[in-house]
Amino acid sequence: MTEYWQEISALTMRWVRRLSREKFSMLFTLVQPMLFWLIFFGNLFQRAADTQVTQAPNYISFLAAGVVVMTVLNNGLAGGVDLLFDKENGFLERLMSAPIRRSSVILSRFIFVMTITSLQVLVILGVASLFGVHPATGLLGVATILLIGMLFGVGLTAISMAMAFSVKSHGDFFSVLGFLSLPMIFLSSALVPLAAMPGWMSFLARFNPMTWAIDAVRPLILSGWSEALPHVAMVIPVMLAFDAICLYGGVKAFRRAMG
Amino acid sequence: MDRAIAIEVNRLCKDYGSHRAVADLSFQVYEGEIFGLLGPNGAGKSTTLRILITLLQPTSGNASIFGHDTVREADRVRRLIGYVPQERAIDRFLTGREHLQLLSALYHLTREDAARRINELLKLVDLEAHADRPAKTYSGGMKRKLDIACGLLPNPKILFLDEPTLGLDVQSRLRIWEYVRMLKARGMTVVMTTNYLDEADQLCDRLAIIDGGCIKALGSPTELKVALGGDIVSLTIKETDRIAGLASALANQPAIKTVRTTSNGLDIRVESPEKALPIILETANRLGCGIEFIEYHRPRLDDVFIAHTGRRITDTAEQPVE
Ligand SMILES: Nc1ncnc2c1ncn2[C@@H]1O[C@H](COP(=O)(O)OP(=O)(O)OP(=O)(O)O)[C@@H](O)[C@H]1O
Ligand SMILES: [Mg+2]
Repeated sequence: MTEYWQEISALTMRWVRRLSREKFSMLFTLVQPMLFWLIFFGNLFQRAADTQVTQAPNYISFLAAGVVVMTVLNNGLAGGVDLLFDKENGFLERLMSAPIRRSSVILSRFIFVMTITSLQVLVILGVASLFGVHPATGLLGVATILLIGMLFGVGLTAISMAMAFSVKSHGDFFSVLGFLSLPMIFLSSALVPLAAMPGWMSFLARFNPMTWAIDAVRPLILSGWSEALPHVAMVIPVMLAFDAICLYGGVKAFRRAMG
Repeated sequence: MDRAIAIEVNRLCKDYGSHRAVADLSFQVYEGEIFGLLGPNGAGKSTTLRILITLLQPTSGNASIFGHDTVREADRVRRLIGYVPQERAIDRFLTGREHLQLLSALYHLTREDAARRINELLKLVDLEAHADRPAKTYSGGMKRKLDIACGLLPNPKILFLDEPTLGLDVQSRLRIWEYVRMLKARGMTVVMTTNYLDEADQLCDRLAIIDGGCIKALGSPTELKVALGGDIVSLTIKETDRIAGLASALANQPAIKTVRTTSNGLDIRVESPEKALPIILETANRLGCGIEFIEYHRPRLDDVFIAHTGRRITDTAEQPVE
């Protein structure tokens, strides 16, 4: 057990070191593009978006939940990239020829991605509050948002890792990634509520785990516990099921690639 | 032979889809020797190595390291081996020391043991001065040295080196040969792949020539050369269109073992040069072949390679030259 922990913490430290070596990339990781969505999109659509439709005091407060979950989405789907590069340049082989638990490398990646994602979500909520959006459910609500983000992120990271272990080249990886992420965003309640969507889109959006996550995060920010609680109670089992499916696929892909 | 066996490989096969990369390999590696897998690109050297270090599962057959099966007892095996991959498996953002620190944690060394071992290794591969610079600032040779230090970190009983000197300059190659000999002197078993004939010849105690996933010959370089029998006479001929005629005229002469055409002449393996040379000269004369250059040498490892695979090691795979 202590050996296991030694492996995981050393591998996690490696991801942290790598990030800290690239000063620019570190800066842009914290001040990420998602913030621009919040700031520019949020203010741009302030008057175009109908508050009757969004059911929110203003568009930026409506959008905040979407941006939080989009951050989780982007981080999760990109979470496997570093393992992909490790696979391609042989570093993964070096790690796996050591007497470590096969799961250590993967777990270290989960820990790192979840930590970075949580920090980013906090930055987003902080910036949102500069624009007057304060989570209605307070600190406990923020913790719940982080929990939902992590539950969703685990599944997404697992998908990303499964892809990293299965693709032939990193060109394929980035094509699939680009193909996957936009429909995930547009076919969800991130930018407009389901009720305002064309019928076929809202139908598809209902099956998108992202919609479930957003529908739980949004009342935590906008309304308060009484409205949020039923959604939160729903989203947790849904996310657990989502994670189970993704982890199953991820483990299979990993076994196939690593023997 | 009653030497202790370090590695036992038994009818090993590995298929990638319908392509058989390793076909029915069997061999043994003795403790304390430098064992080489010599073969051209695509011969199956790296695949064989990956099976031995537990990263690939064989399609059939098995391999064991000091009696531990590489599939069923993979974790035991991993505690006995060190591995230096063919690619420079380096994280550009980490310093040399951080590479070694990461690996010491993966081999579960204590902090004090790790620090001592890391300093030892940095000194050994002569990287002390550069230990705290990110690896992206390293030259190719420095990266290779770091690679080797990483492979040595667990102080393994067997070190696996995949093409350790590929693409290095002459000095760095000699340097690495020196390390390998020193490791052997310390009692380590070394298994390495190479497609350099001189490396196999000078460094390896025993080697297996593999081609197309099969072992074509196995033994010490000297044994392999002696087993070939006879010496080699190489002719360069002015009239290239007459080479084929000369080859067939010489082929069934008594003192001559085999005749092989090259691009500008013939390589003739002879029983004894005293008997063969007059015959060769006389036949060439009779057929009107002007001899531009004649050379005679004891069998070299490239002759061994050609004799067993039908081509030069530098020729691309799956394209035997007649
Ligand atoms: N992952 C893979 N998928 C499919 N085929 C593979 C894979 N890895 C290797 N091969 C094939 O197996 C054969 C043996 O490859 P291997 O890497 O073992 O050769 P090698 O002797 O190490 O060559 P080199 O000197 O170029 O390193 C080659 O034909 C190669 O194309
Ligand atoms: Mg190879």
